[in-house]
Amino acid sequence: MSSWITICAVSEIPVLGARRVTRAKGPEVALFRTSDDQVFALLDRCPHKAGPLSQGIVFGQAVACPLHNWTIALGSGCAREPDEGSTPVFRVRVEAGQVMLDRNELDSIAVDLPPVKAGPCTRVSC
Amino acid sequence: MKKMKLVMVGNGMAGVRTLEELLKIAPDLYEITVFGAEPHPNYNRILLSPVLAGEQTLDEIILNPVSWYEDHQIRLHLGKTVTKIDRVRRQVIAEDGTVAEYDRLLIATGSSPFILPVPGKELDGVIAYRDIADTNTMIAAAEKYQHAVVIGGGLLGLEAANGLMLRGMQVTVVHLNPWLMERQLDDQAGELLRKSLQDRGLRFRMGAQTEALIGGTDGRVLAVRFKDGTEIPADLVVMAAGIRPNTTLAESAGLHCHRGVVVTDTLQTVTDPRIYAVGECAAHRGVAYGLVAPLFEQGKVCANHLAQFGIGRYLGSQTSTKLKVTGIDLFSAGDFMGGDGTEEIVMSDPFAGVYKKLVIKEDRLVGACLYGDTVDGSWYFKLLREGRKISDIRDKLMFGESNIGDVGHQGHNKAAAMADTDEVCGCNGVNKGAICKAIKDKGLFTLEEVRKHTKASASCGSCTGLVEQLLMFTAGGDYSATPKKKAVCGCTDMSHQEVRDAIVAEHLVRLSDVYDRLNWKTPNGCATCRPALNYYLISSWPKEAVDDPQSRFINERSHANIQKDGTYSVVPRMWGGETTADELRRIANAVDKYKIPTVKVTGGQRIDLLGVKKEDLVNVWRDIGMPSGHAYAKALRTVKTCVGSEWCRMGTQDSTQMGKDLEKAMWRMYAPHKVKYAVSGCPRNCAEAGIKDVGIIGVDSGWEMYIAGNGGIKTEVAHFFTKLKTAEEVLEYTGAFMQLYRKEGWYLERTVHYVSRVGLDHVKKRILDDHEGRKALWAELQYALDGEPDPWFEFTKAQVDLRQFDALPALPVPGATTATAPADVVSAATATVTALDGQVVRETL
Repeated sequence: MSSWITICAVSEIPVLGARRVTRAKGPEVALFRTSDDQVFALLDRCPHKAGPLSQGIVFGQAVACPLHNWTIALGSGCAREPDEGSTPVFRVRVEAGQVMLDRNELDSIAVDLPPVKAGPCTRVSC
Repeated sequence: MKKMKLVMVGNGMAGVRTLEELLKIAPDLYEITVFGAEPHPNYNRILLSPVLAGEQTLDEIILNPVSWYEDHQIRLHLGKTVTKIDRVRRQVIAEDGTVAEYDRLLIATGSSPFILPVPGKELDGVIAYRDIADTNTMIAAAEKYQHAVVIGGGLLGLEAANGLMLRGMQVTVVHLNPWLMERQLDDQAGELLRKSLQDRGLRFRMGAQTEALIGGTDGRVLAVRFKDGTEIPADLVVMAAGIRPNTTLAESAGLHCHRGVVVTDTLQTVTDPRIYAVGECAAHRGVAYGLVAPLFEQGKVCANHLAQFGIGRYLGSQTSTKLKVTGIDLFSAGDFMGGDGTEEIVMSDPFAGVYKKLVIKEDRLVGACLYGDTVDGSWYFKLLREGRKISDIRDKLMFGESNIGDVGHQGHNKAAAMADTDEVCGCNGVNKGAICKAIKDKGLFTLEEVRKHTKASASCGSCTGLVEQLLMFTAGGDYSATPKKKAVCGCTDMSHQEVRDAIVAEHLVRLSDVYDRLNWKTPNGCATCRPALNYYLISSWPKEAVDDPQSRFINERSHANIQKDGTYSVVPRMWGGETTADELRRIANAVDKYKIPTVKVTGGQRIDLLGVKKEDLVNVWRDIGMPSGHAYAKALRTVKTCVGSEWCRMGTQDSTQMGKDLEKAMWRMYAPHKVKYAVSGCPRNCAEAGIKDVGIIGVDSGWEMYIAGNGGIKTEVAHFFTKLKTAEEVLEYTGAFMQLYRKEGWYLERTVHYVSRVGLDHVKKRILDDHEGRKALWAELQYALDGEPDPWFEFTKAQVDLRQFDALPALPVPGATTATAPADVVSAATATVTALDGQVVRETL
């Protein structure tokens, strides 16, 4: 059963841009808005090296990951050929200009992924 | 809508590549039918030689298996020769009566070998070398017979001879000219090649004219007789004396043919615009090409017109040659024979088997012929196609690209000598084996394709030359030729220069104008072209074109550098590398307050705070209270200085103040790529000004100015530019050079590459000789920079969308059955958001 919750108005997402959505548990979800005001939601992690897709350049119905420029399709979450891999997709509903996500999906999809690490904590000696 | 009908006659590399290009851009436009005379799907004809030599199998050289045609719903007629084109009924008719109707017809019938008109040419055992059937005949003959004669010492003939020899036959090559491969080599290189092949066991009859082929009683060839009356035994005769375009079908249909089916720049036949021709059968501006790279260029243009996009013209190609005989390195391109008005640089070491000749005309490389050491072939070919002036590198030209500065790969730049496990691309960790495997397995032809599939040379690009060489060694030289004009990206066929020229000429100030007026193929570009277009707009029309943050890479949108874990780094500006206790205290406090994990001193005399969370960025900037260092932008970054005459006992000039003045005059300056300056107070040059985009060195009588140095991928010592007397002059000359670079440099082109492209002379002319022009450039830059905001503080003016720093909490709607979050979280998330200029921007700081 779906349980839709309102996240924000469509207008709060920049055109050809994205917003991040925090969840109770698990990595953030990225909301994207295309030039024709369609809204898509993907897990905010690139299938390549977990780059935050919300920070990428949005074009057509795709986003270029800011870390290594993989192109991810907003509709399917799949990397464009010849790269391989995909990131989870969240269903989006837009009603009266409000963007809604499914609570069940937010609570269940990719909630146990560990955070990406960088900095001194990744050194062998630590 | 009913689909149009496209029929292709000929099922070879050029034609099928055209279909591939067409399916990419207009997959549903046509119902496609293909006729192929051979019983095989499209295969890589160029690799027949390795098959003959036993280095590859037939299966390995198939490019498009039958399933490919099925997947794309192409009706494929294999083994059916088309005998008639009825242009009135718009039908093609095959030998067996098969009829296909067309709205558009593509003729790609290729070429046939030229059979010498000598008695005995129809005997058994006399064949040409053109297709799979010929190759199989040769392989079978090699098992049964001993003596082979190959007529023709050109590219194809020698490859055939080599293959037959490797299969155990005793092979004699008969060649009419005094030296081999006269269309690709000069006499010296041709002779070296002959010696080398002779050492391997091939025999030669040079300057010999074939009079007749003598047959035995069984109808099989027995010997070859020459004009001088001598004879040599032959159980197999391979004719490889050249090819002729296959135009019989086109001629019978009344299409104008002259050295091929005559086509226009859009690859349409001049006789009938419904009919196109590509490949070896087509004659474009009087030339029928026989190498694959030009044919693929034709295919691309042809597909574009078939798809009714109507953009792009084929303007002809320059070609290069490489012999696919393992162990023999040979390369030639352009006008390698030289002659009137040309100069030659020659290096010859016949004992080591190395010969190199470069032909120069009017300060440009126009031809190259290399034997024995072809490592720099692709580089010479690039110079040749670009037509760039070579006076500045002429003394090092002969010694190759590695001698003009490329620290990353010095010492191991011989692609052929590398082991499969040797790393080629250090950025993406790709070794030679992986690249060669991808080229072979996936049938890759261009540098772009290798980049896409393997990521090799796709990041910093310093191994591009090496990858091109691998492409050459693995797939043959004719593959590697990247077109002279490079499109910005897949969204357009226009080059950087053409796009910028159009933006200036047509006064375009918005991205949407660019897409419309320049016929962009995509609705809103891609991650490659958008940042470039945005830069061209704002640099061409300052204060008029509106910057589009969504077309900038994330670092320039969030004004910080993204790190691998999604956090950011912050580098405040320290004018001339000087700081104070107060600044350091504020930095230290911010590090504690926001728990910033790493503090690092940069190479540019600044401090880098690494691991800042995105939501903290605005607060960190505010707490530190120093200007943006633009360490994240294609803009002026650091101005590195030494202590100078204020303190240093050696100092002759106040370099620190000069550096600060330069930095204050030009910070916030966006450019095609990042820009770094340095100022040293004396010739000891402690600020390392020799490897900066602009380096200033103080001397007793004033300042020396150096430009276009680089300390990165390609270490390049800056060129001495001029000597100046006053600090004002330093500002003016530096600013003018920068404005010239901003206007003429292509996006992502560093000054070193820009200056090497346009030539130092050009820059000198504009800055040193043209006094009015220089002053105008300096004034232009000052106008463009006047009032430019500091993005760390003037958010509205710098169009910093502050919404990006806040994440949206996923909260349930009121009344929903799921758990509710505390109400104050809602207000906290919205409290900082106020509407401003119709844009939601947080302007509390």
